[in-house]
Amino acid sequence: MKIMEKNSSATEKEMKEKKPAEVEQAFISVYIMGKEHRVPFGLTIMKAMEYAGYRFVRGAGCRAGFCGACATIYRMKGDYKLETALACQTTALDGMYLTQIPFMPANKSVYDIEKLNPDINSILHLYPEIARCVSCNMCTRSCPQDLEVMDYIQAALRGDTEEAARLSFDCIQCGLCTVRCMAEISHYHVGQLARRLYGKYYSPTPRHLTERLEEMDEGKYDEAMDELVVMDKENLKKKYWKRDMEVK
Amino acid sequence: MEIIDGYPDFMMESIKKVERTRKSRIGRNLPRMSSDQREVILSKFHPDYKEHEKKKLQIGPNKGYRMPLEMISLLEAEPFLDTSKVDLSRVDYDVDVLIIGGGGGGTVASIWANMSGVPADRILISTKLRHGDSNSMMAQGGIQAADGPIDNPPIHYLDIIGGGHFANKPKLARILAMQAPKIIKWHESLGVMYDKDKEGNFVERPGGGTSRKRMHSSKDYTGMEILRVVRDESINRKIPVLEFSPAIELLKDDMGQVAGAILMNLETNQYYIVKAKVVIMATGGWGRLHIQNFATTNHYGATADGLVMAYHVGAKLRDLDSVQYHPTGAAYPEQIVGLLITEKVRTMGAQPVNMNGELFVNPLEPRDVEASAFIRECYEREMGITTPTGMTGVWLDSPMIDIVQGEGTIHANLDAMYRMFQRFGIDMTKHPMLVFPTLHYQNGGVEINEHCQTSVKGLFAAGEVTGGVHGKNRLMGNSLLDYNVFGKIAGINVAEYIKNVKIGKLTLDHVDKYRNILRDANIKSKVKAPMILPEYREENLMKRTIKV
Repeated sequence: MKIMEKNSSATEKEMKEKKPAEVEQAFISVYIMGKEHRVPFGLTIMKAMEYAGYRFVRGAGCRAGFCGACATIYRMKGDYKLETALACQTTALDGMYLTQIPFMPANKSVYDIEKLNPDINSILHLYPEIARCVSCNMCTRSCPQDLEVMDYIQAALRGDTEEAARLSFDCIQCGLCTVRCMAEISHYHVGQLARRLYGKYYSPTPRHLTERLEEMDEGKYDEAMDELVVMDKENLKKKYWKRDMEVK
Repeated sequence: MEIIDGYPDFMMESIKKVERTRKSRIGRNLPRMSSDQREVILSKFHPDYKEHEKKKLQIGPNKGYRMPLEMISLLEAEPFLDTSKVDLSRVDYDVDVLIIGGGGGGTVASIWANMSGVPADRILISTKLRHGDSNSMMAQGGIQAADGPIDNPPIHYLDIIGGGHFANKPKLARILAMQAPKIIKWHESLGVMYDKDKEGNFVERPGGGTSRKRMHSSKDYTGMEILRVVRDESINRKIPVLEFSPAIELLKDDMGQVAGAILMNLETNQYYIVKAKVVIMATGGWGRLHIQNFATTNHYGATADGLVMAYHVGAKLRDLDSVQYHPTGAAYPEQIVGLLITEKVRTMGAQPVNMNGELFVNPLEPRDVEASAFIRECYEREMGITTPTGMTGVWLDSPMIDIVQGEGTIHANLDAMYRMFQRFGIDMTKHPMLVFPTLHYQNGGVEINEHCQTSVKGLFAAGEVTGGVHGKNRLMGNSLLDYNVFGKIAGINVAEYIKNVKIGKLTLDHVDKYRNILRDANIKSKVKAPMILPEYREENLMKRTIKV
């Protein structure tokens, strides 16, 4: 039960001097914004940066792959290709040249969801730049979630809101697609609009919810609740342990 | 040591045993524990019951109240703001409603305050990181609401109260249960995409400690889906947000009411004075305190700042003696130790098993009971599996999900989990995941009444920072519900409250008084609070840092 977030407090040199025989820890070189740092192998990029002495203000968020705060671009030494990653979900490798993209000045349309007219042009109307897509597929290649980004932009373009919503659903809005787009599309905001349109206008509210709300408006459960909130602990306990379980 | 499919060979040996028992376990589970059995296992194995890990708070309205050492350390710490250097005569932002925290609770409160008549430009959200950066974003499994035909709010209420060890504030638990269906309806109107079946009904699943299937979800991105929608709505309403500008102390006026806050710009280090008619505290929880050295599922900013600031102005706290450890934190691989494996993995049919592939607990006990059973299996019965870096855990047999519910079920419902493990070479559809309890939730917090008011005039609170709703243990799916319900109530109530508020002369006297109370109690702390950011740089490096 030790804190796994915390790294070893010894440097590479000290570890080697202290216990030369027992030290198995391999060290690697990472280049943070071009500057070389020796870090233990096996850390995520985020923990490697902390090991190297960086304290995050920007560039760290949920640290679990859900928020997109730690969008990172890197290139392996000797290679020409630019790769993308989430710093908290990617193991740091020897020879990684990296930088974070902690903010993307992307365009987000401001709209009143109640007043939108859900038709084949509603996304195009708010984000006309999606028509500039040249299908280069760089957005898809740069997505750390491996989503079919270009496909959802194309779906939005032809007015298929459901497909755009479905394909963009796992988007964590890190913005790496937008950084690399030659058509200057803000893919992740387009996806957000598609999902809200779909959720609100194409996916009806279930009847059982509406019926429950009607019952509640009529005060159907008020009396039962009035009794429960003043019930003494002993009776409450009895009731709790006697309740029937839908799933055993 | 050879690595096979992401696991070292000796762990793969144990996985083979899990595979051998798998077939015989399908459709079979150990019975749930009785009340007495729960008590025994909790008192013996739950970290909350280790008395030496707590002590009595020496000062303030909760003096004498036992809390984890890490929390006491922050409440008995020196306030880090030097009040003599603050010029209160120049107000940078003069608003009606200041919301501290741009996570779920704060964002929902901003929308409802706006809908209740407070103009957007009279609201200000201040937040430590980016708008939306919070535990709310990371919740995976679902949100509870009793809208099913054989369910109803009183049944939900019983589950909440029993799960909370009958220590909840009844009026708050009632609101939670009664508002739940309305919140789902509101989400539907905003365009949240909940999982629905072919007939268009919600797919609803059970959760640990729930007596009905009432977990609504959006795959295993439920928290992200709800929060990105409410954040989008808040942006569309043009509600101003100051990012990377956490509050570091509350302001009072000369009549003793809370009247704003001092913010700190984390990038330029300058402070801002915000004068407000009312403040909503929505700073979230305390996972990053790493209580008892546990790893955590929590967000980088979950450092209990709101509890510290609220206590500095004299707000009452409650139920902070209880910490929620989520049973299934990742225990392997090293890179993701402590991260959340959603309870939904168990609700969909994955069983926890020991090193020999044997069942040892029902998969759907309340979280504290389930976590205690995991700790017992690892440390008393010594039936856990220890990783190369020294973490011990038990198996969560995820391949069962596709076997029982059909191939593709994991991909359709648990893509976030699949992705997280696949990134480190493990395929959860083929092999189980190693898990151990991880610090997850702050069960208690600032005490509120049914209007979200704290014990201090002018200070409201909502979400994880508050206490009373969940008693001593929160059930799965009730935290997403909590921030939506109480964010809404806070937003509606402040809109009414500000109509009759006049703010006097701003003061920070309470901070100086707090310093004096510490001195009088002979407390000499080197710690400064609030913490704002956790420190993960190594000690040797820190010893050699200098400032320009």
